[in-house]
Amino acid sequence: MRRDEGILGRLWIWAVWALVGFFILNLLAMIASVVVNSFGTRWFNTWLPPGYTIRWYAQAWDEFQLPDILLVTFQVVGAVVIVSGLIGVPAAYAMARRDFPGKRAVMLLFLLPMLVPPITYGIPLATVLYQAGLAGTIWGVILANLVPTIPFVILIMIPFVEQIDPRVEAAARVFGAGLRQLFVRVLVPLLAPGILAALLLVLVRTIAMFELTFLTAGPTSQTLVVALYYAVFAAGVRPGQSIDAMAVVYMLTTLAWLLLALRFVNPAQIVTRAKT
Amino acid sequence: MAIAAPDFRELRLDGVSRDFGVLNALRDVTLTVGRGEFIALLGPSGCGKSTALNCLAGLLPLTSGSIWLDDRRIDQLGPEARGFGMVFQNYALFPHMSVRRNVAFGLEMQGRPKAEIARRVDEAIQLVRLTAQADKLPGQISGGQQQRVAIARAIVVEPPLVLMDEPLSNLDAKLRLEMRTEIRRIHTMLGCSTIYVTHDQDEALSLADRIVVLRDGLVRQVGTPEELYARPSQPDVAEFMGYRNLLSTRAEAAGAGLVVRVSGAALAGTPVGEVWPGPAIVAIRPEDLTPSPDAPIAVTVDAAEYRGRDFYGLAHTGDGTELFFRSETRVVAGEALRLGASAARVLVYPA
Amino acid sequence: MNTVPLSVRLAQRGLDSVTLLVLPAVLCVIGLFVYPFLYGLVLSFAPKTGGILANYRKFFADPFLYDTIGTTLLIAVPATLLNTVVSIPVALRVRLMAKPRLLTTILVIPITLGTVLVAEGLLNYLGPRGWLNRALLEFGLSDHPVRLVHNYWGVFLSLVITGFPFTFLLTQSYVTGIDPSLEQAGAMLGARAPARFRRILLPLLIPGLTVTLCLSFVQAFSVFPSAVLLGAPAGPTRVISIAAYQAAFEQYDYSMASAIAMIMAAVQVLIVVALLAARGLVYRGPAGGGKG
Repeated sequence: MRRDEGILGRLWIWAVWALVGFFILNLLAMIASVVVNSFGTRWFNTWLPPGYTIRWYAQAWDEFQLPDILLVTFQVVGAVVIVSGLIGVPAAYAMARRDFPGKRAVMLLFLLPMLVPPITYGIPLATVLYQAGLAGTIWGVILANLVPTIPFVILIMIPFVEQIDPRVEAAARVFGAGLRQLFVRVLVPLLAPGILAALLLVLVRTIAMFELTFLTAGPTSQTLVVALYYAVFAAGVRPGQSIDAMAVVYMLTTLAWLLLALRFVNPAQIVTRAKT
Repeated sequence: MAIAAPDFRELRLDGVSRDFGVLNALRDVTLTVGRGEFIALLGPSGCGKSTALNCLAGLLPLTSGSIWLDDRRIDQLGPEARGFGMVFQNYALFPHMSVRRNVAFGLEMQGRPKAEIARRVDEAIQLVRLTAQADKLPGQISGGQQQRVAIARAIVVEPPLVLMDEPLSNLDAKLRLEMRTEIRRIHTMLGCSTIYVTHDQDEALSLADRIVVLRDGLVRQVGTPEELYARPSQPDVAEFMGYRNLLSTRAEAAGAGLVVRVSGAALAGTPVGEVWPGPAIVAIRPEDLTPSPDAPIAVTVDAAEYRGRDFYGLAHTGDGTELFFRSETRVVAGEALRLGASAARVLVYPA
Repeated sequence: MNTVPLSVRLAQRGLDSVTLLVLPAVLCVIGLFVYPFLYGLVLSFAPKTGGILANYRKFFADPFLYDTIGTTLLIAVPATLLNTVVSIPVALRVRLMAKPRLLTTILVIPITLGTVLVAEGLLNYLGPRGWLNRALLEFGLSDHPVRLVHNYWGVFLSLVITGFPFTFLLTQSYVTGIDPSLEQAGAMLGARAPARFRRILLPLLIPGLTVTLCLSFVQAFSVFPSAVLLGAPAGPTRVISIAAYQAAFEQYDYSMASAIAMIMAAVQVLIVVALLAARGLVYRGPAGGGKG
C-alpha cells in the first residue's frame, strides 16, 4: 500500500524512518569510535584525537600475541567449516529426500542446538569435555563449536536440496552412478552455491562464537573473540587504544568474510529462520 | 434480492496515464462506463490492462488525467474512500477469517449496525450459493468456492463499480465456464457496473457488453463483442481476435470493387478504413477460409487436425505463403486444394 | 512366507543407504548436545555435599543466587519487548522499499560482530567521555555526563544494539510472507491503514511474532559477556549466566553450575511455553498467509 493517508500517516512514516536512522547513526558511531580510538594518540575531552598513529597496532600485535591467536582462530574455524560441511551436507540431503520413521524427532534434534542459547548448554558441555580431558585443547574448542554449526548447515541446505529435481538424480542413477559418484559428480556441483553460502555463514558465525569457545578454551586455544573479551575484561592493565586496535583486527576479520558471504546469501539468512 | 447498486449515471476516465518504465504503462485512456454496463479490458500480458484496473481501484496513483463518478472527481481518493468492489486474481481472501467474516469485512469497515451486517452477509452468501460453507476458513474450501467468496465480499457493500482482475485464471476449464455464467448472472441481478480484466477473448466476448482492447498501454478499439469479432479496426486487434491469416499484400482498385492479391490469386475483400491501391494488409479467420473447386487460391496441405465437426488445417501456396483454413470434409497432408472466402469476411487494412 | 528381503522392506519405510547419511550428524548432536545436557542434569542432582536436591535448595535459599532470575528477567523482558514492538512498524515500512538490501546489510553487522565487540564499542561510545555524552553536553540536553556504562542501561542498550537487528530480520521474513493483495483487498473494502493493520496484518503476523518473541527472549535471557563488561556484574546486572559461570570456573563446583544451567533452561522453557500457549488463546486459524 503506497498511498498513505493524511498528515498523521506521513508523520508516522517519518517517525519510523527517524527511529531507524537514529539506530543506524548510533551503531555506526559506536563502530567509528573504536576505529578512531585505535588510530588516535591519547585524547581527552575533544571530539577527535589530536594526532594519529599506528603504534597501538604494533603494541597489540606483540602484547596480545596476535599471531598465535590468529593462527588458532583460523585452525578452529577451518576445522569447524570442513567438518560441519562434511557431516551437514549429506545429512541435509537425507533429510530432504527421505521420509523415514522418526524424521520429525530428528528434525527437532537439529533445531534444538540452534534455539537453546550456547551459554545454557555450554556449561554442561564444558564439564563433559573436562572429564574427557579435551577442555582447554583446540580439539575441545572445535568439538564445542560443531554443536550449533552442523544443524545450521543442515537447515540451510535442506531447501537447496529440495529445489533440485529428483529426476536429475534418477537419470544419474540410471546411467550407473553409485551413491558416492552421485554426490561427487552431480549433487556437489549442483549444490555448490548452497554449500558455499552455508559454509561462509558457518565461518562468520564461528569467528564470532564467543560463549562456547570461552567456556572450553584454555590459554593456548583462545580464539580472537575470546582474547578480545579477556583484554576488555582486564581493561586498565593496558591502554584502551591497544585493546581497540585488537578490536579493529577482529572486526576486519569478521566483516571481510561477512561481505564475501553477503555476495552469496541474503542477510536474513544470518539469523535462523525457525518455522514452527 | 435486496442487494442493489447505488444510483449513479456514469464513470468517466479522462486522459488517464500512468508511467512506469516501458512495460505496463498506460497512455491517455479516455472511456465512459454507463450504469449497469459490463466492460471487458482485453489485451495480451503487459498491455496495461491490470495497470488500468489498479488505477481505477486507487491502488496505483495516476501520472496524469482524471477519473470521475458523475460530477465527483475520485482519482485523488485512496482505495478505501472510493467504495468500489474488487475481485483479485488470487482472490486475496483473509485466511484467518471465516467465509462469513470475510464477506462482513467491508460492511464492518462502514460501521453498519450488527443486525444489518448479519442480514446482508447472509443474502450475499446465499446469492453466491455458499450457505453451507459460511463458517469455514478459506483454506478449507475449493478454488471455485473461494472465487464465490471473493465475489460475495466485493458485492455485499453494494458498490457502484466492481473491478475484476482475471478472476477466472486460477480455475480449471470446466469451472471457468461455470463461473463465467455465474458472474454474468450476478452482474445482471445487481445492476452494478463491472470492469473485467482478461487476456482471454472468449471470456471477453461472452461476458461483456463492450470490450476495450488495449495494447502497449493504448486503447486500440472499443466496441461491442459483435463489432470486435466481425470488424476489428486495426490489424493487430484483428490478430488478437483470432484472424490468424494476416498477410502483407497489394490492393488493386479501391472502394466496393476492392481486390487483393494473395500469392498471385485475386481475392475480393472489404476495406476497413481508407484503403488505396498499393500495399495493404489482409486479415482472414481460418474458419472463413474454406476449400471449393472454383476458389481462387491454389494450395498444398501441410497438416490438418480434426476438431469435431470440422477439420482445421495449415497449407502453403506456390510461393510459400502459409494459410490456416477450415474444411468440412477430411483433408490429408500433401493434398492439393483451392481455398477462398466471401468478400465480406476478407478484411483489408491500409498498410 | 515373506520372501521380500529385509533391505527392501526397510527401504519401503524410507530406510536405505541414503537415510544413513543422516547418522553422523545425529550422533554428533547426541554426543555433544543431548548427552552433555543429560549428564549435566544428572550431575546437578549429585552435589558436592548434601542430598540430591541440595543444589536446587541452595539456589532458591540464597538471594545472591535466586535474585539472578529476577535480575535477568528485568533486563531481558523489556529489551525483548522493545525490540519486537519496534521491529513491526520498521519491517512494514521496509517491505515497501524497492531495495532494502543495504539496510539489512547494515543491520546484520552488529549480529555478526557479536556481543563482545559491541560491548567494547559501547564502552567507548557511551562512556563518560564518549561521543554520545559529548553530544548531549554540546546540544545542552544534559549538564553533566549521563552514566550509561557499568550499570543496567549499558547491558540494556547492548541488548538493543544486537537484539533489534536480530528481531527485525526475523519479523521482516514473516512480514514479507504476507500476500500484499490481502492488504489491498482490505483497502478496497474501506479499511484505513490502522484498521488494515489491526484486522489483517497483525492477526496474520501473530504466529511469526510469537516465534520471534521466543527466540529474542531466549537470546536476551542468556546475556553474558555484555553483562560482565558493560554492566555491574557484582550487583544490578548479575545475570543468571554469571552465577553459572562463577560456580563452574571460579568455585569449580560443576554440579552447582549444572544445576544453575538447568534452572536457566527451565525458565526459558517456561516462558516459551507460556508464550506459545498465549498465542493459542489469542489466535486460532491457519499458521500462515497461504493460498486463499
